[in-house]
Amino acid sequence: MSLRRFIAVRVAATIPILFGVSVLTFALVHLTPGDPIDQMVALNPQISPAEEAAIRARYGLDGPVWQQYLTWMSNVLQGNLGTVISVDQPVLPYIMARLPETIALGLFGWAIALLISIPTGIYAAVNKDTLGDDLSRVFALSGISLPNFWLGLMLILVFALWLDLWPVLAPDKPLLSAEMLWYLVLPGVTIGTASSATLMRVMRSSMAEEMNKEYVTAARAKGLPERTVVLKHVLRNSLISVTTIAAFLTASIFAGAVVVEQVFAWPGLGRAFVGAIIGREVDLIMAITLFTGVTIILANLLADIMYAVLDPRIRYD
Amino acid sequence: MSTDRGRIRITGFDADRVESREPLSDWTETRDTETEGRWTRAWREFRRNRSAMLGLYIVIAMSLLALFARPITIAGVTVQPFSLAPYDPGAILYAQGLDVSAYEAPSLAHPFGTDGSARDVFSRVLYGGRFSLSIGFIVVFVTAAIGLVYGAVAGYYGGWVDEVMMRVLDLIFAFPGLLLALIIVAVLGKGYWELVLAFTAIGWAGYARLIRGEILKVKENEYVLAAKALGARDRRVIFRHVVPNAIAPLIVQASLSIGTVVIGVAALGFLGLGLPPSSAEWGTMLDQTRQTIVQGPGGSIPWWVTVFPGGAIFLFVMSMNLIGDGINDALDAQEGEDVARGGEV
Repeated sequence: MSLRRFIAVRVAATIPILFGVSVLTFALVHLTPGDPIDQMVALNPQISPAEEAAIRARYGLDGPVWQQYLTWMSNVLQGNLGTVISVDQPVLPYIMARLPETIALGLFGWAIALLISIPTGIYAAVNKDTLGDDLSRVFALSGISLPNFWLGLMLILVFALWLDLWPVLAPDKPLLSAEMLWYLVLPGVTIGTASSATLMRVMRSSMAEEMNKEYVTAARAKGLPERTVVLKHVLRNSLISVTTIAAFLTASIFAGAVVVEQVFAWPGLGRAFVGAIIGREVDLIMAITLFTGVTIILANLLADIMYAVLDPRIRYD
Repeated sequence: MSTDRGRIRITGFDADRVESREPLSDWTETRDTETEGRWTRAWREFRRNRSAMLGLYIVIAMSLLALFARPITIAGVTVQPFSLAPYDPGAILYAQGLDVSAYEAPSLAHPFGTDGSARDVFSRVLYGGRFSLSIGFIVVFVTAAIGLVYGAVAGYYGGWVDEVMMRVLDLIFAFPGLLLALIIVAVLGKGYWELVLAFTAIGWAGYARLIRGEILKVKENEYVLAAKALGARDRRVIFRHVVPNAIAPLIVQASLSIGTVVIGVAALGFLGLGLPPSSAEWGTMLDQTRQTIVQGPGGSIPWWVTVFPGGAIFLFVMSMNLIGDGINDALDAQEGEDVARGGEV
């Protein structure tokens, strides 16, 4: 299979999954007994049944479920994701205003994960079964076992309350201001720790596997310094396996954002999602869920294609 | 001397003489007949692993503490009369006429201090183990069973059955588990069994994918062909011959996922979507401490209400991961040293 054909097949296989994701999103949310209109009516008993029906029709909440799905889907494809009822604002700009904050948080988490995991992973693989390797193992195990919300609270406790280095809550400033970027360190570390632990172990085992291959022996035999062997020959091959879990880690960073944004009062999508769940904002829940699902599917697709580009053997499987 | 064996005539061989020969090694017949089962061997391996045993002791201790924290009464009959927790985890102590205020620092009377409603944090942490631990074990048991059947069917039959069943899994994997759990809890409402259901709904997919992969490997073996040739039905082949040989990775995965579920339950509790706000669940307790940090405690910082419940989650999940690693080594389930450990969802 040529690379172009491989990509075409993978992209085509993504389409039914995207459709399934939209159905699942819709189905999950529409299992909910009651909708925001019910809540509104319960709070304002003076609304007459006729007015209630009119409000329902306005938000497209009348009609059978499949029809609601089709209406919703055609609206989504036209960029109309519905309304955030409590603030009477369209969903799309509401999400777009919060998306950069979450992306900044995710990128920061990713950067921290890579900064920690790649050097320690290399070190642990090269110095296998030494004290440093054992320490990295302990770090990885603790990093994975730490609940991120607790880690976040502890960081606030130590660095914000005791040492007073950071404010307790995210300052209410635009994202690209010095205060906001400085504040990003705490939630970034919180979200990056678990990923860096996973990534480090993957890095270590793939490095260790590559180190046993014959080309390494050949490189050493021709007199290359160990440094060149490790950093030029082995590292490049073992980074391939890191790209394969990149998609998985993107998903876990997304899930982490829901919790971490709540801890640090970070004004991103995750916090909006929790708010939407508590306030039963159906359109907003669906929009964020759909957005997340589509992002993860595309990340998986990208990882597969990257993998095929980096390792041409995969295409002939 | 000759022996008749069927139609073949064996000469020049005297069994009695061979038996009475001097032993060349200390190998004995009896040792050979007592074959050691795979699970006995695995347990022997596991016991030798010090960190895994430490994890096991901690998990057992925490489970016992949770079990004996307060008496258990079922339908008016007290089945467990012990009470290790000094106070009722839900009791507001000054309301009971005790000289206790809110946010009292740890002392001999209250080893973990008191929380914002003057409740004894030590009692609450002990008792809180009941929620997290029981949900963790129930969910992992149920999801592993569902995933086992689903994955076995998909892997064994292959073809379009497999194709359709795997696409369903792809759908579930397209969402972060925590996000789905949140929506399910929002749909069903808060509560113990709602949490169990939410984590079951998202948890089984991982086992299904794992066991399918194992089945694909195992079903190529000759003994499967032999069983089919002897006329065994599909169900018998799957559950008597294929599954037992594919189950080791499932057990490893299950032991590691208990930690994942416990963290997930606590995360939902922390977001205020787990159990009712006053319950002594670890994550729910942390939710209240976040509010104290946000509101500003005025003067001293009640660190104990954050440190102890979270520390309990960390200790339990860490121990479960140690056990999972130990089981993995003992069963030699996966060749690499790295399995997906139980962590955040």
